[in-house]
Amino acid sequence: MKVLEAKHPRAIRWFHWVNFPLLALMLWSGLLIYWANDVYRIGLGGFTLLHFFPKWFYGLFNADHRLAEGMAWHFFFMWLFAINGAAYVIYTAVSGEWRYLVPNRNSLREAIQVTLYDLHLSKRHPPRHKFNGAQQIAYTSIVLMGAGSLVTGLAIWKPVQFGWITVALGGYGAVRVEHFLLALGYCAFFLVHIAQVWRAGWNNLRSMITGYEIVTAQDQV
Amino acid sequence: MTPDPQREIRSRTRRSLITGAVAALAGGAAWEWLSTRREDDGIQWPLRLALRANEQLTRDYFKPARLARTFPPGAVESGRVNGDIGIKDPVPADWSLKVAVASDDGNREFQLSLADIQALPKVEQITELKCIEGWTRVLRWGGARFRDFVARHAPDRVDFDEGNDYVGMETPDAKYYVGLEMASAMHPQTLLAYEMNGKPLTGQHGAPLRLVIPLKYGIKNLKRIGKISFAFTRPPDFWGEQGYDWYAGF
Repeated sequence: MKVLEAKHPRAIRWFHWVNFPLLALMLWSGLLIYWANDVYRIGLGGFTLLHFFPKWFYGLFNADHRLAEGMAWHFFFMWLFAINGAAYVIYTAVSGEWRYLVPNRNSLREAIQVTLYDLHLSKRHPPRHKFNGAQQIAYTSIVLMGAGSLVTGLAIWKPVQFGWITVALGGYGAVRVEHFLLALGYCAFFLVHIAQVWRAGWNNLRSMITGYEIVTAQDQV
Repeated sequence: MTPDPQREIRSRTRRSLITGAVAALAGGAAWEWLSTRREDDGIQWPLRLALRANEQLTRDYFKPARLARTFPPGAVESGRVNGDIGIKDPVPADWSLKVAVASDDGNREFQLSLADIQALPKVEQITELKCIEGWTRVLRWGGARFRDFVARHAPDRVDFDEGNDYVGMETPDAKYYVGLEMASAMHPQTLLAYEMNGKPLTGQHGAPLRLVIPLKYGIKNLKRIGKISFAFTRPPDFWGEQGYDWYAGF
C-alpha cells in the first residue's frame, strides 16, 4: 500500500531553496572580482592546461570590468548567505535533524557501496534510509565548505582585524586560493547533486518541494 | 478513512509550487529593484548603504590599533606599477608639500619641503601592499610616520574626533585623491614614505613622497602627494566615486 510520509521539514526546505540563489549570487559576484586578477591556472611551467577562466566564460556571465560592482554585491549578499547558513546549522542542531545528516561510523562504507552501485560497478543496492552514507558525507561537507568560505572570506576581507586567521591559513595569497577552490567545489557539488537528483527521480525531488514522499508501507495495521 | 495518497501529494505539490513561484517572483523583483536603483558614487544606493554599514561596523567594533603583518627582509619583492593617474607628468620642479588644516577659527595653510619630512624620525617597515584587483607585493618602505608628522605640523589634530575628523590627500595636479578617517591615518604603520626597497622612490612609485597605508587597499596608497588637507567632512576619494568602497580598509 502506498502512503505519504513526511520527509523534509519545512524549515530545511526553505533554507535549501533560499541558499540556492544566494550561493549563485556569491559565485557570480565572486567571478566579477576574480576577473580583475585572473591568474589561477592548472599547468606546469610555461604549459597551461586550463586557465581560470577563458574569455568566453567571462562573456557568458558578462563579468569583465565589473570589479567595483562585484565587490559591492559580494559584501551585500555575504550577510544573507551567512545568516541563512547559520540558521540552517542552528535549526538542524536544535531540531535533532543533524542525526540524519552527520556521518556515522557506517557512512564511509555505505558511501563506497553507493558510489559503486551508482557507477554500475556493483549490483548490491545500499540500505535505504533518509540519507545514505554518501549523502551524509556530501551534505555535511557542503556545510563545512560554507563555513570554510565564510572563514577564508573573513580573512580576505579583513586581513588586519582577522590577521591571525589569515596567517593561520597560510597568508593572504594562500587564503585567496582556498576561497577560490571552495567556489569551484560548489560548482562540482552542484553538478553531482543535479545528476543524483535526476537519477533519484520525481518522488525524491518532490519531497524537497512538498516535504512528503510516497512510500510503500510494509506493515501498516 | 484513508485519504488517497496520490491526490494528497498532488494538492501538496500544487501548494508548494505556488509558494515557490511567489517566493521566486519576490526574489526576482527584489533583484530587479536593487539593480535599478539610482547610483550613489557609481553604485546602486542600497549597495552603497551596505558598504557604509560594513564600514561603520569595522570602525565601531574592531580595534584600530591592530597591526598589519610585517615580513622578514627575505620576503621583499620588486614593485609593480599598476597605474599612473595623477602622475603622468614629470614631478613639478617646484614641488613642495602643501598642508591645509581646517579649524573652527579659519583655515591654516603652509608648505613643507621633503627635508622637513625627512627631519621626522625615520621608520622602516616591510608590509604587504594589497591591490584591490587581487595581487600583492611585499615591499620595504622608509619614511616618517604620519602620526609624527601630525604631532609636529598639525598638533591640534593629535587628539582627533573619530566621528568628525578626516584627512584628504591629492596629487599635485589634483587628478588622483584619497580620503581617510583619522584612526587609519594615525595608525603607527601609516607612513609618508620617501624610500622603497632601500632606494629613494622612483617617479613611477610616487616620488618624491607617497602615502603607505597597509590598513587599506593599494588604491588608498596615494603616490606623489601634493597636498594634505585636514577636514571635518569626508574628503572625496577617486575610486570611492567610481563604485568602490570609500573606506576600503582591512
